[in-house]
Amino acid sequence: MSDNSYTPDSKIGKWFNDRLPLLTLSKHLQDYPTPKNLNYWWTFGGILTFCLITQIVTGLILAMHYVAHADMAFESVEHIMRNVNYGWLIRYVHANGASMFFLAVYIHIFRSLYYGSYKSPREIIWILGMIIYLLMMMAAFMGYVLPWGQMSFWGATVITNLFSAIPLFGESITTWLWGGYAVGNPTLTRFFSLHYLIPFLILGLVVLHIWALHVPGNNNPIGIDLKKPSKDTVPFHPYIVIKDLFALLIFLIIFAFFVFYSPNILGHADNYIEADPMVTPAHIVPEWYLLPFYAILRAVPDKLLGVIAMFAALFVLIILPWLDTSKVRSAIFRPLYKQFYWFLVADVLILGYMGAMPAEGWYLLVARVATAYYFIHFLIILPVLGQKEKTLDVPQSITEPVLGGSANQSLAKEQKK
Amino acid sequence: MKNIIKYIFFVIIVVSYNSNSFGAENSAKLLNPGWSFKGFTGTFDRASLQRGYQVYTEVCAACHSMKYLSYRNLSEPGGPEFSEEQVKIIASQFEVIDGPNSDGDMYTRAARLSDNFVGPYANEQAARALNGGAYPPDMSVLVKARKGGADYIYSVLLGYGETPSGVTLDDGVYYNTYISGNKIKMANPLTEGLVQYSDGTSATEEQMAKDVVTFLAWAAEPHLEARHKIGFRAILYLIVITILVYFSMKKIWSRIETEV
Repeated sequence: MSDNSYTPDSKIGKWFNDRLPLLTLSKHLQDYPTPKNLNYWWTFGGILTFCLITQIVTGLILAMHYVAHADMAFESVEHIMRNVNYGWLIRYVHANGASMFFLAVYIHIFRSLYYGSYKSPREIIWILGMIIYLLMMMAAFMGYVLPWGQMSFWGATVITNLFSAIPLFGESITTWLWGGYAVGNPTLTRFFSLHYLIPFLILGLVVLHIWALHVPGNNNPIGIDLKKPSKDTVPFHPYIVIKDLFALLIFLIIFAFFVFYSPNILGHADNYIEADPMVTPAHIVPEWYLLPFYAILRAVPDKLLGVIAMFAALFVLIILPWLDTSKVRSAIFRPLYKQFYWFLVADVLILGYMGAMPAEGWYLLVARVATAYYFIHFLIILPVLGQKEKTLDVPQSITEPVLGGSANQSLAKEQKK
Repeated sequence: MKNIIKYIFFVIIVVSYNSNSFGAENSAKLLNPGWSFKGFTGTFDRASLQRGYQVYTEVCAACHSMKYLSYRNLSEPGGPEFSEEQVKIIASQFEVIDGPNSDGDMYTRAARLSDNFVGPYANEQAARALNGGAYPPDMSVLVKARKGGADYIYSVLLGYGETPSGVTLDDGVYYNTYISGNKIKMANPLTEGLVQYSDGTSATEEQMAKDVVTFLAWAAEPHLEARHKIGFRAILYLIVITILVYFSMKKIWSRIETEV
């Protein structure tokens, strides 16, 4: 951070800042030089921060009224919906907030994939992001269990049973996870405890994620390193703040449509039926944001291999900075990668769709092909593409293409090597 | 702006993709009588809610409980809005077990506004024993607990008809066009003129079904009217502030663009 020299104007400010440099931090955040060509796909970091805070605040209030007990959880949710002042609003914001959170995180991740934001020197930012994503999925899954509806109970049963695929210790591990011999009250109470814990872990990781971001600074649509501060950058405040706010408001309008006009469209009707261990729903389906992984899990005929494939799907994302060997970051200058990128987007959407369908016949076949392609993309296409692809000339600075000046091609090529 | 349009488009795709993903298991197209509570400013038809309560209490309540509702809800804004006096009379017709009193004995008393709806059976086992093994589901959140919601319940209520040839039904099982598997253990609950509406509305099957489903939709979502009202204002407010922020943003960024 280059602004250590900052001294507050007021005496008391200086006194405080010498002991705890919060004002220096605040000054750093205001002046933080940000590429001026960031497009709206870059606003999702701010949107995600908003989502996290919303989930924590609404969750805090819900926890004041919710009862984590197998016999009372469902009733307490109905109590929130009916008797707690604006309880319906808080719960619908929390439930739809989870979906909006994932919508934003998927856009954020796919933005990173398109513009190569995970590449050196931003690998740690990316890995922290992936850990946050993993924790988000855990938090969302456990949160979905809390209303103790049919999908809660059976979703919990299916997912926790995955661990029974582990050789030798599988059974013991599931029993340990459940706190009994089936999903029951001990499972619910520990899920509630963990569901309350995880958001604060995420919050801590978000701080690290932003800290790590502020070392090299933001990537940008053309994916080049910038001199900072320079003509290519703008101070974070007010330029990026106002832009993020505008994008956040658009996001909030969509969020509000869900909360106020179709609050249950993203959920499953069966979850308004109280959990019954004796009745299995016709289709057990996880929430939409977990469907691609669910499809991968079911695409593999062997249970253990299916679980391994599912976790491997996450693991390849974590090691992505080393799988993609291309030195050019942005897909704008990688004509082949750009196509494969859209194939991957389509592949993940297909996987998501197959995850919602019964695992049989034609659906299963497509899910298998899509699963195979997912791994081929990361493990074969990306490493090979980095070596073989003929990338386009990368400009030297953001202002250069804007000015229409001829790109210094020899320098650009040098940079590519 | 182009990007934002793209982004909204993306959201729409995600939503439609999600609602498709739980596609119908039963191919029969659900009936829809036109609900007053749908849409951005939808509200419940007060008279229909009151008639619906009458159908529930005279017909459905023989087998179906509504344990998450209290009698006081019947007089609350956004619901059937019976007067408090009327609801006190309604409640007093039901008996609840209370206690123990100072002698340590349980006793029965007339229900009060604060009591939950009294159910027809002591417990699930009693309900099953009297219904050929089937458990009539609690109807408090039934509309939200079935895919297709109000349309689905309405369709099932009107979906009884001739059993098609080739379908064999066990004793106490009935054919229904809309229920999954087409088999239901509930006999056709509605016949024309089954209830006497005090407001003179003629009690056709369609009318009773529409009224009772309206009542059930309110029961499942008692704050729907408040939700629509607040939502409409919230979204309007958001749109206005978004426009203001958009112009502020343009003004702030104009400093940069001229510099370049």
